[in-house]
Amino acid sequence: MTRGRLSLVALLALAVALSLVLDQYKLYVVSLTLVYVILAIGLNLTLGYAGQISLCHAAFMSFGSYAVAILGQRGVAFEVGLVVGVAIAFAWGLVLGFPALKVKHHYLAMVTLGFNIIVFLVLRNWESLTGGSFGISNVARPAWGPISFKSDRAFYLYILAWAAIVVASAYWILTSRWGRAFRAIRENEMRAEVVGVNIMNYKLMAFAIGAAYAGMGGALFAPLLGYIDPGAFTLDRSIQFLMMVVLGGLGRFEGPVIGALVVTVLPEVLRGSEGLYLIIYALAVILMMLFMPKGLVTLWDLAWRSSRSTTSPSTSSASPR
Amino acid sequence: MAFLEIDNLSKHFFRLSALNRVSLGVEPGELLGIIGPNGSGKTTLFNCITGVLSPSDGQVRFRGEDITGRSADAVYRRGIARTFQLIQLFPEMTVMENLLVAAQEKKGTLLSRLLHREEAEATARAVALLEFLGIAGLTANLASNLSYGQQKLLDFGMALMSDPQLILLDEPMAGVNPTMIKNLVGHILELNARGYTFVVIEHNMEVVMSLCRRIVVLSQGERIAEGTPAEIADNPLVLDAYFGR
Repeated sequence: MTRGRLSLVALLALAVALSLVLDQYKLYVVSLTLVYVILAIGLNLTLGYAGQISLCHAAFMSFGSYAVAILGQRGVAFEVGLVVGVAIAFAWGLVLGFPALKVKHHYLAMVTLGFNIIVFLVLRNWESLTGGSFGISNVARPAWGPISFKSDRAFYLYILAWAAIVVASAYWILTSRWGRAFRAIRENEMRAEVVGVNIMNYKLMAFAIGAAYAGMGGALFAPLLGYIDPGAFTLDRSIQFLMMVVLGGLGRFEGPVIGALVVTVLPEVLRGSEGLYLIIYALAVILMMLFMPKGLVTLWDLAWRSSRSTTSPSTSSASPR
Repeated sequence: MAFLEIDNLSKHFFRLSALNRVSLGVEPGELLGIIGPNGSGKTTLFNCITGVLSPSDGQVRFRGEDITGRSADAVYRRGIARTFQLIQLFPEMTVMENLLVAAQEKKGTLLSRLLHREEAEATARAVALLEFLGIAGLTANLASNLSYGQQKLLDFGMALMSDPQLILLDEPMAGVNPTMIKNLVGHILELNARGYTFVVIEHNMEVVMSLCRRIVVLSQGERIAEGTPAEIADNPLVLDAYFGR
């Protein structure tokens, strides 16, 4: 069995087992981590693989959150809201892909940053639809007739199922020729074009697919908290996703999982240290970046290699890097 | 009708005229050399043919079709491949991946590239090419870990991956050691004998003279001479362009 599959199966088994032993609060933290894993996988596809900086991931996320919240109020099934949210995010991802054809790097960062601010303002001011600053409360969790996912444990497993679908589909996309074209564009855009890669198609797709995952994450985020307001989708949140992807390891398949875990769990662990926790957290991030510029996935590589070195000398990675 | 026809091609960068009404034709199966002093517009000519730059004026026709101003990927899919003076690779991808990228976009639709994963044919071609170029052992290495000469060969291999009809080589011998030059010249001649058409920009006169039966000379963006290697060597205009009057 390859490294990728082995670790996936182990992770999935662990995640299911967790639901049986964790208390309500810890279950909430792990559920939130899973939602962030979905979101970070989306940003890793856009930024890590295709090399297109995006600072509006929280805006794409909000499309999913508000779609399920608004449609849920009108009695529409959760899954329908999720599909609508993902479709809206995908469409806006396509739109945001167009500036990426013209501008690069920090200029693209500015464009996407501006988009996040616009979306935030629209969410806050379109009161009749979004509830304005008060947001929308009592976002319903999914239910299939008699089967309900209202309990925290059931909803955790529901999120886990979606996360598994996201991981599998992202793996499938990134190991296809699309994944290779994304990386080629990241590595050398001009060369990619000269060997026939249609830059426009792939850049638009990289943005739209990344945004679609964000929409899905957002759709699961809203009922997990039960309440959403525009404050949840600010630029701060987008930067938080950026941090997950960079800390985990840009352009590495396992990166977002590790990054989301650290960025979500570390502050919770440090919460006991009262006022000091933000300082410790910031320091830890700085140190990680200093000593592991390629992300925490480096540790994972080392651990895997040392466990393997006794059995076989080759360490070919199964993940699409 | 020539294979590749360049008709009064001009390229201006603001007020600087990098190419000025250059015309030339390439015949099928030919091995045409382009020489000229630094800054004479040779690379700009390649960039305008392959769609990296859009010409200011004039026309490029390939097998009768007007390809002027087409995007680089569209030109590539029509069968024109090239290498670069400064090597252009995908550094954090393996040698095999570098080659596969160069082959994957030629046929099929965007969607088919997501749905169909079968690549045995392209992989076999890549393996055969690496063997032909003598770097078969490097398949799984990252391109950035190759030596300069090996990178140069990989760049050349990428140009061959899609089985192009016309290959433009931009200074393939620059910075390459004498043994490797001999190898590369051999590879080019062998491929030319198999029917590939080449246009080569080269500063190494010995190489140009041994490779090409016809040479075009550019100077300050203009075509100043054309002829056999012997004619070019005796042309006073060419000597002036290189050494000054």
